[in-house]
Amino acid sequence: MPVSQRLSFLTSRLARLRPALIVLGTGLLLAACSSVILEPAGPIAAKEKQLILISTALMLLVVLPVIILTLFFAIWYRASNTRAHAMPNWAHSNAIEVVVWTVPALIVLALGWLAWTTTHALDPYRPLEETGKPTLEIDVVALDWKWLFIYPEQNIASVNEVAFPIDRPVHFEITSDTVMNSFFIPGLAGQMYAMAGMRTELSLIANRPGTFGGLSANYSGAGFSGMRFTALATSDEEFDAWTRKVAAAGRPLDETAYAELAKTRENSPVVYYAPGDPNLLVNLIKKYRHTPPPEPTGDKGADQVSETPPAAHADH
Amino acid sequence: MNPLLGKLTLEQVPYHEPIIMGAVGVALLGVLAVAVLFQRYRLWGWLWSEYITSVDHKKIGIMYVLLGLIMLLRGFTDAVMMRIQQSMSLDPNPGYLPPEHFDQIFTAHGVIMIFFVAMPLIVGLMNIAVPLQIGARDVAFPFLNSLSFWLTFSGAMLVNASLIFGEFAKTGWAAYPPLSQLSFSPDVGVDYYIWSLQISGIGTLLTGVNFLATILRMRAPGMKMMRMPIFVWTAFCTNVLIVAAFPILTVTLALLGLDRYIGTHFFTNDGGGEQMMYVNLFWAWGHPEVYILVLPAFGVFSEVVATFSGKPLFGYKTMVWATIAITFFSFVVWLHHFFTMGAGANVNAFFGIATMIIAVPTGVKMFNWLFTMFRGRVRFSVPMLWSIGFIITFTIGGMTGVLLAMPGADFVLHNSLFLVAHFHNTIIGGVVFGIFAALNYWFPKALGFRLSEPLGRASFWCWLVGFYVAFMPLYVLGFMGMTRRLNHYPNPEWHPWLVLATVGVAIIAVGILCTILQIAYSVWKRDQLRDTTGDPWDGRTLEWATSSPPPIYNFAETPRVTETDAFANMKANGTGMFVPGTPYEDIHMPRNTAAGFLMGIFSIGLGFGLVWHIWWLVGLGAIAMTAALLVRLFDEDIAYIIPADEVKNMEMQRLQGVGQS
Repeated sequence: MPVSQRLSFLTSRLARLRPALIVLGTGLLLAACSSVILEPAGPIAAKEKQLILISTALMLLVVLPVIILTLFFAIWYRASNTRAHAMPNWAHSNAIEVVVWTVPALIVLALGWLAWTTTHALDPYRPLEETGKPTLEIDVVALDWKWLFIYPEQNIASVNEVAFPIDRPVHFEITSDTVMNSFFIPGLAGQMYAMAGMRTELSLIANRPGTFGGLSANYSGAGFSGMRFTALATSDEEFDAWTRKVAAAGRPLDETAYAELAKTRENSPVVYYAPGDPNLLVNLIKKYRHTPPPEPTGDKGADQVSETPPAAHADH
Repeated sequence: MNPLLGKLTLEQVPYHEPIIMGAVGVALLGVLAVAVLFQRYRLWGWLWSEYITSVDHKKIGIMYVLLGLIMLLRGFTDAVMMRIQQSMSLDPNPGYLPPEHFDQIFTAHGVIMIFFVAMPLIVGLMNIAVPLQIGARDVAFPFLNSLSFWLTFSGAMLVNASLIFGEFAKTGWAAYPPLSQLSFSPDVGVDYYIWSLQISGIGTLLTGVNFLATILRMRAPGMKMMRMPIFVWTAFCTNVLIVAAFPILTVTLALLGLDRYIGTHFFTNDGGGEQMMYVNLFWAWGHPEVYILVLPAFGVFSEVVATFSGKPLFGYKTMVWATIAITFFSFVVWLHHFFTMGAGANVNAFFGIATMIIAVPTGVKMFNWLFTMFRGRVRFSVPMLWSIGFIITFTIGGMTGVLLAMPGADFVLHNSLFLVAHFHNTIIGGVVFGIFAALNYWFPKALGFRLSEPLGRASFWCWLVGFYVAFMPLYVLGFMGMTRRLNHYPNPEWHPWLVLATVGVAIIAVGILCTILQIAYSVWKRDQLRDTTGDPWDGRTLEWATSSPPPIYNFAETPRVTETDAFANMKANGTGMFVPGTPYEDIHMPRNTAAGFLMGIFSIGLGFGLVWHIWWLVGLGAIAMTAALLVRLFDEDIAYIIPADEVKNMEMQRLQGVGQS
């Protein structure tokens, strides 16, 4: 096929593709707008969304010109275009070199600054004290294939359902009594790995009441797909009602009950326990460790890691 | 345990699973059909002497490419099965694949695509092109090269054996402990994983050593490092990465193997084991690995864009330094695979920023390709279409990659389908597009005839459109909170996007079909597509200075190089490669050997024995491998001489062919 035909083939394909791409792009945006990650219900998730949008905008400053110039250069400098000025030996320009190194470098500089500040601001270990309200402590244990939530202060526990009042900081301490999992409530906060013999931490605040789907984001075996839980962000009164319901309906989370619960099971139903076992998390970590785990990092920020390393690594 | 068969029993053969048996049946029928053809046309002797025992880098390269393409069909079948499953399995519909099967499929898909598709194809392309581009007669260690290939082949066969005997790992392709430990994965799946990667990994490591020696020591006179073709530069950096990174994988898998075989506690939950250390080590190999794959693809695009723009590559030196920078930085970013494992903000921020820095040299490369087209005369041959498709697609993949490098964003996007979309965006848009560009570009050089253009274009458009339709929905699903590796899911809003992704995979399937047809049609019409000149694209580098396919010795006389783009300069200046009238000389070439093939075959026995605890087979395999190696090492008749007269005859015939066209 002659070059000109090839080219018209290409351009016509591109032209035909353009509406499809526009439709696809708009569709993506629309879908993204109705998505849980971009519809945050708490300040952490909101900042994470904002970060995604700002970074994308910054990167588009380079990405769009590259895409447009690629298409433009390829089509304009096609071999059959006699109007295009060809310079078959031209292969160097200091000016262009300076620009193509500087522009990406500046954008990465901006992104790097953004990364540094937001990584500290969004550090899941950072306590959320802005509200001035007391932090609600919840212990999380990943099991095959279910989530156990223990409320040390309320002395209750529940399986595959977790509740917390809105506008109040919630602090999760996370471990696993099985393989590695990842504790994740999209829409409220990021995720954090749950590992046997380790304690990891995650803080969040919910700003509006609602029911959120929670899950394990890290594949953990046959029942992984059913390893889901419900997160209820409620008013203070509803939360009190929920804790009373758990306390009333529950049986004690003693050794027998835990051994029964820890057995492999897919698609586990919601179960309530009262009293919960406030020492269970620490005991489960000790089960795998020769040395007892240190206290959680508490109010020490990430800047003071030299004193107390992040909990996951502090267990050595 | 049975001393004869170890853990292997009849129940381990899934003859009651129609899907698996169907796959096995199709594979066996394919092998049988090929065998019948070979028998019919009496090709066994040819196969043995021209390919199986060959130490010629070109032949080994062709075998690598063939292995990669065949395994692509298997890995892609896995992808199709996963997409169909997820397009059905909205709760309460469980789909057609139960978890124990689905989990093997996504593990096998990842392992096959990385280790037995991308790696063989990339190594195959290096084999075909690098010695020719540097004006060498072969690689530094031809026997080692043959051994590398057969060990890779052995690993691929072990993975395939897991279809019939037992099962493959159900752990995900990274096989994180403790899930991959005996306590949670008591079956042989993880053992297949370990031994297939160990055996093929040694082959890859030997390739790395071999190509480093080749590139450092065997360049034509005058080809300084800064005059090497860019593909050679990227191959060089890739082999540096192989030599530095693959031992980490070998050691990590060895430690996991010790945990599983003799009860150590390197990565177990109990006994002081440290599962995070596995993750750490795995990615200390795993991140360089993605650059091992993509750097040679970058090299291919550099060659293709320059050739089809009719210009030297814009900013050669910048390109080299950008490649070196990427090589270095690829080793200091691995932690971005586990920001969510509890590291402090300082650590996460450091690795996030280091990752973003890689975007600078990569962005520079993009601009260099752009400005190579600028003021050029661009011909839209098939390799060029793949290159343009790459620049656009990979730029998007790079953008989502930088987004994931932002720890704050990664906390919500990690393990999601956004991540899955991102790495397919870079691996398909970068590595696979590069491989297809290279296949179309170097096919005439390797086999002597071009690939059909119309079918090549059809394949490109199907892949391009199919890729966007298959993977853009996964980005959306990532934002909608869908995580990876789900066998079934509760959210009805995800369903239409998953169906759309399945449509995309169907379009890609048509693209793959076009490639198969393209190869078959071109073989059929090979006389019309014959490349008689040796230079079908108006190439710029030395591989185009010899015939297609090149004679066994590549170049009758070692070319002399004075600049980059050596062949383009020779054509521009009207100078030949050789001083006219120089008499031909005797050429010293390595002899064929069956040792590499035999060691590869014995290593299948060794690996299979290890997987099933069949200890006599392990012993036998190890002894046979050692014996084959020793016989080879003490063999002194490993080379032969092509006399000058014969070289002269071969060259005369070649020049006549060029003259006629």
